[in-house]
Amino acid sequence: MKASTVSQRIESEGKIMSNTSAVLEMPEQSFAGLETRGVHAWFGNHHALSDVSLQFPARTVTGLIGPSGCGKSTFLRLLNRMHEFIPSAAMAGEVLLHGQDIYGEGVDAAAIRLKVGMVFQKPNPFPAMTIRENVVSGLKLAHIKIDNEDDLVENCLSRAGLWKEVKDRLNASGGSLSGGQQQRLCIARSLAVEPEVLLMDEPCSALDPGSTLRIEETIKELAEKITVVIVTHNMQQASRVSDYCAFFLSDGGPGALVEADQTRKMFTNPNDSRTADYVQGKFG
Amino acid sequence: MTIAPPIKREMHVVHSRGDKVFRGIVTAGAMTSLIILGLIGAFLFGRGAQVFSQYGLKFITGTNWSASTEPGIANEFGMGPMLVGTIIVSIIALTFTVPMSIAGALFIEFYAQPRVKKILTALLDLAAAIPSLIFGLWGIQVFTNIGQRWASLLGNRLGFIPIFNTISDNYGRSPFVAGCVLASLIVPITTSVAREVYSRTPRELIDTCYALGGTKWGAIKTVVLPFGKSGVVGGAMLGLGRALGETVAVYLVLNLNFRYTFKILESEGGNVASLIATRFGEASTEELTALIAAGFVLFLMTLGVNMIASAIVTRTTRT
Amino acid sequence: MSGISIPQPTRPWQRKRREQIRSGATFTAMAILAFIVVLFTGFAGFDGWAISLFIISAIVLLIKGRKLSQKERKNAFIQLLIASAATLAFLPWLSIFASVAMKGIAGLRINFITSDMRTTVPDDEMNMGGALHAIVGSFMMVIIASIITLPLGILSGVYLTEIKGRFTFLVRFVVQSMSGVPSIVAGLFVFTTYVSATHGPTAFGGALALGILMLPTVARTSEEVLKLVPDELRSAGYALGARQWRTTLMVVLPTVRSGLTTVAVLGVARVIGETAPLLLTAGSSTALRFNPIHGQIASLPIYVFGLLQIGTEYAVNRAWTGALVLMIFVFGLFITARKVGGKDKR
Repeated sequence: MKASTVSQRIESEGKIMSNTSAVLEMPEQSFAGLETRGVHAWFGNHHALSDVSLQFPARTVTGLIGPSGCGKSTFLRLLNRMHEFIPSAAMAGEVLLHGQDIYGEGVDAAAIRLKVGMVFQKPNPFPAMTIRENVVSGLKLAHIKIDNEDDLVENCLSRAGLWKEVKDRLNASGGSLSGGQQQRLCIARSLAVEPEVLLMDEPCSALDPGSTLRIEETIKELAEKITVVIVTHNMQQASRVSDYCAFFLSDGGPGALVEADQTRKMFTNPNDSRTADYVQGKFG
Repeated sequence: MTIAPPIKREMHVVHSRGDKVFRGIVTAGAMTSLIILGLIGAFLFGRGAQVFSQYGLKFITGTNWSASTEPGIANEFGMGPMLVGTIIVSIIALTFTVPMSIAGALFIEFYAQPRVKKILTALLDLAAAIPSLIFGLWGIQVFTNIGQRWASLLGNRLGFIPIFNTISDNYGRSPFVAGCVLASLIVPITTSVAREVYSRTPRELIDTCYALGGTKWGAIKTVVLPFGKSGVVGGAMLGLGRALGETVAVYLVLNLNFRYTFKILESEGGNVASLIATRFGEASTEELTALIAAGFVLFLMTLGVNMIASAIVTRTTRT
Repeated sequence: MSGISIPQPTRPWQRKRREQIRSGATFTAMAILAFIVVLFTGFAGFDGWAISLFIISAIVLLIKGRKLSQKERKNAFIQLLIASAATLAFLPWLSIFASVAMKGIAGLRINFITSDMRTTVPDDEMNMGGALHAIVGSFMMVIIASIITLPLGILSGVYLTEIKGRFTFLVRFVVQSMSGVPSIVAGLFVFTTYVSATHGPTAFGGALALGILMLPTVARTSEEVLKLVPDELRSAGYALGARQWRTTLMVVLPTVRSGLTTVAVLGVARVIGETAPLLLTAGSSTALRFNPIHGQIASLPIYVFGLLQIGTEYAVNRAWTGALVLMIFVFGLFITARKVGGKDKR
């Protein structure tokens, strides 16, 4: 399927099914998922990321780990074309979604971002909106019309593990929630547009341990239906939530992928000695 | 065994002699400024009170402003038409300024290329430094031709609406044209406040809109405009304060006439600051006091507007 | 590195060169079309051209937009609206810059800045007479105003940031509210208290009025400048055992030296173009004068204002030239302020 028709598909369907089984019934090949081939990133003349080729298996959690400045957040933002909002940014290589280069000519970036959602470091519900409005804000932004908004709100909030806590105050301001609840609201907001991949940029770094645990549970549940890519500073978190891990490192030059494998192997018996040193906390 | 509660020890800052002298000098300087500015306020208030006790509310509502030259005939001072005219011209100015400033600020902040953005920001600063005299000069010599054409267009098409109605076919030097000139004068102020506020929109909120598949306009509507709402209101109020007190730009363009008029396309209007500029030359002591009182009323209006504006602006640009 | 070749950086999200050329060509075509509309229909003048260009762009957008989704159509249309309204907002200043430069340059001859109007009437040819008296008068008043106001204003700023005494709130409140005083009211104040009590309008009277207008600006901006000094610097001074006055004079003020220069320059730029208060307090003159406390004195704004009131062709031309000189001064001051002020940040 051509990526440029993704938005047309959404509009022609006219609605997003609130019943998530619709996603499961999609043909298996549409979950060929996300893959990068020889991706580089620059900010001005600064070469930030070099030659990353990585596949994200469908319905898994992949953790991107590595010390500060290794380019893992840059890499994440390349995956849904958020990289290009930095004025001097440039890139090379290919990012394939279902085999289609998302940087190809004529590809609608907004349609890509609908398929590859993103949750940010700090919880950021839209301040002028209620909880309910926050959840459906993505549909408004993307001009998607749905028949049964109530079901969608309940479904998304349930998947984000927030429904029980807020079902009686959906019209309260999103800002009235606690930090952890706000972040789960942001997850619910991203789920409402039915992404196939969800990118998370250190989603727990601004939260307390209790909230972090709740979010980690949510992430594991999400991975039953969608693909999750999570950047984290916290190696314990990576070992708790991820199925696969990718270790990034910069030796002063551009950040590069050192090693990627199953999480258990990465933490017990990595191929590269630098990975072993990092996961054992010898540096970083 | 009980533990005795700790004893609080007072801590004082003791200034040395040098520091005392230094603090004295600085305080004296600040107090002098305070006294000078306070004196102006008190002076205006005193003269204003004098006029109000003499003429009462008629000073505000009265329509006649005549200083008698012959003894036995009482002076009559009523600034009503001028006050109404000032407000009308300012409202016209604001009607144009607000949408243009919002658009200008959004354009600079979100649409312009980095290099264009830099140039426009510098231009904005420069424009705010143009003396109002030059706006007046441009207004009467250059803009009036264009403004007249717009006014006649409005008058011909929408003349059935009372405020667009005209008796004469003379559209130049009308409140409409003066309001347009005033608008171009306050646009730099309101635009730079709006731009400042918009630029403080958290980047992550905008990114979120894009990450949800939104367009640029979607991000602006969802995040930027709600975020900058009160800042824009504050900026507009700052502009309004400037518009109310502006003298030469209006004086040069507007045809001053002592009559209540709401026909904004007609070539006559009122303006308190221009009244002062016109009358002070041949004014008697008594009329001078009345002019000062009129100045005081103007001052109170701009003061009120400015206070509200700066309260809003400081509240929104803090953090 | 394992010897892999580094590819060329690309920006696939940017519009291709050929698209840029195409949209440039479209714009040019629309501009020409709008010009044709002006020639053959009721639309007239530059504004008519601009309006027809806007309408044509909207139509073109509508045709192009058929391929786009509703979301994108709306986005493109609003982009057109915002760009148009922004252009409308910037146009007056460009028109002002252009008209002042073009109409003013004709009269900008050497005699304009070397002679006064003593032996010339406004209707004389432009090669006679000038604005020397007005320039000198303006500078005299601005300098006197600065001598009075700058120390007071800067001391107020120091009081607000360094002393933080009992009256901090009051000082800030009064400074804040007095910055809203309409300039004509300040003129009126000096007129009744000083000018009419002495021998009529003088340079000193004008300087007083300008000083009153300058004071709040200077106090507020110097407070802002001093606030930029990090508290660590003050603490470092105290930690070395220095007294407050030494810390302020040796550490705080030198740190913001260029900032305070900016304050002075901005204060002058704020008042040099003021017209209304000088009308009441300084009067006007046709001759070069240097006595600040006796006799009316000319100034650039009043020179321009007076010539405009006369309104004949040569008088208006002279007014434009005066306006150009005034603009050059204001912008010169402004650019100086930016240049100097930029140094602190580095």
